Amino acid sequence: MSKQIVSVSPHIRSSRTTQNIMLDVIIAMMPAVIASGFLFGFRAILLVIISSAVCALLEFGWEKMMKKPVTVQDLSAVVTGMLVAMNVPVSMPIWMMIVGDIAAIILVKQLFGGLGCNFVNPALVGRLVMMFSFASAMTTFTGSSGIVDATTSATPLANAGALGWDQFLTLFLGKHGGAIGETCALAILIGGIYLIVRKVIKPIIPLCYIGSCLVFTFLFGGQNPVMQIFAGGLLCGAFFMATDYVTSPITNSGKVIFGVFIGFLTAVIRVFGTYPEGVTFAILFGNVLVPFINDLTLTKPLGGIFPKKEKKEAAK
Amino acid sequence: MKEKLKIFTNGIFKENPVLILLLGCCSVLAISVTVSGALGMGVALTFVLVCSNIVISLLRKIIPDKVRIPCFIVVIATFVTLVQMVVEAFLPDLHSALGVFLPLIVVNCIVLGRAELFASKHSVGDSFLDGLGMGIGYTVVIVGIAVVRELIGNGTLLDKRIIPEGYQIGIISQTPGGFMMFGFAMALLVYCLRKKGKKFEPRIGCDGKCGSCRENCESRITDLPGQDETAEVKS
Repeated sequence: MSKQIVSVSPHIRSSRTTQNIMLDVIIAMMPAVIASGFLFGFRAILLVIISSAVCALLEFGWEKMMKKPVTVQDLSAVVTGMLVAMNVPVSMPIWMMIVGDIAAIILVKQLFGGLGCNFVNPALVGRLVMMFSFASAMTTFTGSSGIVDATTSATPLANAGALGWDQFLTLFLGKHGGAIGETCALAILIGGIYLIVRKVIKPIIPLCYIGSCLVFTFLFGGQNPVMQIFAGGLLCGAFFMATDYVTSPITNSGKVIFGVFIGFLTAVIRVFGTYPEGVTFAILFGNVLVPFINDLTLTKPLGGIFPKKEKKEAAK
Repeated sequence: MKEKLKIFTNGIFKENPVLILLLGCCSVLAISVTVSGALGMGVALTFVLVCSNIVISLLRKIIPDKVRIPCFIVVIATFVTLVQMVVEAFLPDLHSALGVFLPLIVVNCIVLGRAELFASKHSVGDSFLDGLGMGIGYTVVIVGIAVVRELIGNGTLLDKRIIPEGYQIGIISQTPGGFMMFGFAMALLVYCLRKKGKKFEPRIGCDGKCGSCRENCESRITDLPGQDETAEVKS
């Protein structure tokens, strides 16, 4: 743990802890998880449970091994595990998902110093590793085992041109092929609104992200810009991944830049790229740029001089 | 005798060309996908390194200082061409596995670096030992990384299946996996060196004699007795 420097009062007091923030995030993800249970069957929920358990276990094991303070009880590993599981299709073999968990928790989170030190979103790297390693397993979308009658198909993004407005409801309720947690737009919206109401996240990043993605997709001549918002992982990414405290800018203006930038990237990848989905790449690339965005949008304290230079010297 | 041994082991641990001096990383990342390829590359590089070190050490008084780099390259290229022709004739599989990286040994930083830093300043015997040590250091690292990458990434070892069919983690055998394993190997070696209490000197060609050194490096200020802990690891 780093040394804490107590500055001059007044100090902000808050009852918020990492643990209850993460608990709120877990609650917010519940609608999507439950919806996936209806859509894809029990296996989807099983995958979510296994993934969170594995992540918590990995974090606990690693911290014990490295003789660090154990931070499993802050629930951040559970959130990461749930997000990893939400990004895989229901037919994913369990050991493959565990590879994603290892990449997320060990590679990105623990090796860089644990919670608060990861430079990109752990769950997205988990997804990326799985995508590059098990390309076919990650893109075999099926919904056949669910209560709702669904058939194996490409994600709506892969055949966006074939969609009509009549299929909007299907898309909104998630009755189509896709990863576990990203198909049901309604459930994700409920979770996102819960997070905003509980003031866990500010609505700036999701709104900028979704809005700019819509505008740029339209400008680039993508098919069905509005439809594309509800398809793929955009909503899930916008509410649960792009808003991660550690890997998003601190200032409000920074959040706007970040949101618009990743929206732009997502639209570029979706319209011009060879991958049908660009959310993962866009958010990860945005994450890497966050320190620079923070530097650019540094705010001036009231009555103070611009603290940039002093800060650097003080750091040394 | 002890000094000679030190020249030899220097290349394997303390000044490992790949993990400490960070030379020749390109071929390590590219070739360490399969163990057989890595082994071939390691042997080829060790051969070139030893031979070029010997010849350059023999010629060190004749080679004019101003054109030494072209001279080194001519010597190195000779041996690389030799190796390439032999491999192409007798081991066509290995030749296709190594591809462009075999002729690229000509400009491999390790070979040129040892010629410039060591062989052109030391006797033939010392240069031979240095070349051998550095070559073995390179081979150990590239084969080590290849074993891990082939086993974890593909489930095979020397083309024999160890982990049952259907197991494959593509990213480990792709480029990102190479970088990851490279980083892990580097961390492991530094960890072991620190554990052994050996002082870690990240600078190339640093002989620890700060008085005669023109470099105004950071370790010069911090490298005072009693502050060894802070002087460690600055790479």
